[in-house]
Amino acid sequence: MDTITAFFAGQSLALLWGLGGVLAFLTLAVAVTALMPMIKPAGDFTNLRQRISSWWVMIALLAGALLMGWQAVTALFVVISFIALREFLSLAPVRREDRLIVLAAFVAMLINYLFIVIDDYGLYRVFIPTYVFLIIPFLMACIGQTRAFLATTATFHWAIVTCVYNLGYIAFLMRTPASEALPAGAAGLVFFLLVATEANDVAQYVWGKLFGRRKIVPKVSPNKTWEGFLGGWLTTGLLIWFVGPVFTPLSGIGLAVLAIFLPVAGFAGDVTMSAIKRDIGVKDTSALIPGHGGLLDRADSLTFTAPLYFHILAYFALGRF
Amino acid sequence: MLWFRRLVLVLIARPIARIFTGADIVGRERLPLKGPAILVANHASHVDTILMLTLYPSRGLDRVRPAAAADYFLRGGLISWFSNTIIGIVPVARDKAGTGVDVLAPVREALKAGDIVLIFPEGTRGDGEAMSDLKSGVARLAADVPEAPVIPIWLQGAGRVLPKGGFVPVPMNCTVLVGEPLHWQGDRAAFMTELRDRLEDLHANAPPQRWA
Repeated sequence: MDTITAFFAGQSLALLWGLGGVLAFLTLAVAVTALMPMIKPAGDFTNLRQRISSWWVMIALLAGALLMGWQAVTALFVVISFIALREFLSLAPVRREDRLIVLAAFVAMLINYLFIVIDDYGLYRVFIPTYVFLIIPFLMACIGQTRAFLATTATFHWAIVTCVYNLGYIAFLMRTPASEALPAGAAGLVFFLLVATEANDVAQYVWGKLFGRRKIVPKVSPNKTWEGFLGGWLTTGLLIWFVGPVFTPLSGIGLAVLAIFLPVAGFAGDVTMSAIKRDIGVKDTSALIPGHGGLLDRADSLTFTAPLYFHILAYFALGRF
Repeated sequence: MLWFRRLVLVLIARPIARIFTGADIVGRERLPLKGPAILVANHASHVDTILMLTLYPSRGLDRVRPAAAADYFLRGGLISWFSNTIIGIVPVARDKAGTGVDVLAPVREALKAGDIVLIFPEGTRGDGEAMSDLKSGVARLAADVPEAPVIPIWLQGAGRVLPKGGFVPVPMNCTVLVGEPLHWQGDRAAFMTELRDRLEDLHANAPPQRWA
């Protein structure tokens, strides 16, 4: 009992309140879905219920890791990157000869996370964008199959940068030293990125469902509308502007830049991954998360928001990066 | 030793298979929990068998037995032990086929004893793309044990995790698609055509987890 009390006493109060807020919001969502059949008796709410059940699991995993510290968050994101990369490379066009290159991509993933473990941001920053970028095509050349060579290198780069390099930034945020002026610790930074990104997804979805009329990218995502995009932008922008200072050291221009650009990045990630899925000819990247689809279906917007959030923090507030 | 087999398959093989393949399954509720039943699947990799055993609902798992080539899996030593104890194979002496020996006898006995037998009617592992010709032994079994439903299953992607001749397994997503059961209607050619069509239908619905 004492260890449990000590564990929570050591946490940032804002983070605990934030996690409590998320749980309260989710409980509210459960209550609403329980009432929905009374309002619309003919509707089928199985998918909505599945979605919310899956949220409990995802939030439990993320919250647990955030409370335990950088080691747990890094371990969790190794697993997340691994699954995302596996989903991506299993569906995207990869040639029979590239089987061991797929293995090399997983090795690159492990090295990428090793730089987080040894806390070396300089190496992290150049390893994938420069060296993996060059080594993967070289290994492919050594194997010797030149058919669709350039297109396949693009597939590998897209997979590795989005699923590994960009998502890895989230784990790297946990290495922000305590000496920085952080209102809710390093975990607060990660928490707020996840909340803002997922809130943006949800807000766009809800605004679109309620008021959506004009399609925004009909050939890629026929369900996305201008009303959903703008409503989500406004909602998330306000959330960032008013709640951001509780969890991040941003204020003034830095906070405004985040409020303006993060919702757009989330939308862009969602739409770009949709274009890739449509090209491949699938709706979901796997059936891992009931109601949501694959891991990549859930993390698509995060692959765009994570580096942006990191860089805005680094530019305006954090001395470490 | 069934408890040992269940322990290894559920606690060790199942998590490993999930990590390596994602192990998505469509139509899991169509897998029979009681024998006799015949599971018929395409074949590209040793991973096929592992996938089926690790995805199988635990309640039916004790009864599931893959039919496997005796010349390959019962070579002696560790392979024989593993094939018998963990995989639980029903041996088929495929090298004795056509010599007058009833090579399917052990399978028939297993079915009559109430087992769920997994059969790869291509007879060997293919390249993971087109299905080769199906051997008609499966029709003979369906005719001999007509009370056993025949469940067509398409295994997508396992040939990429570990292809024939490969040594290093690579993590790649796989999907198992379970079809509606077929029953023996008395005509061998019609049965084989129907079976192949059902497998091809499942194949057509599989996600594009294949080489470009």
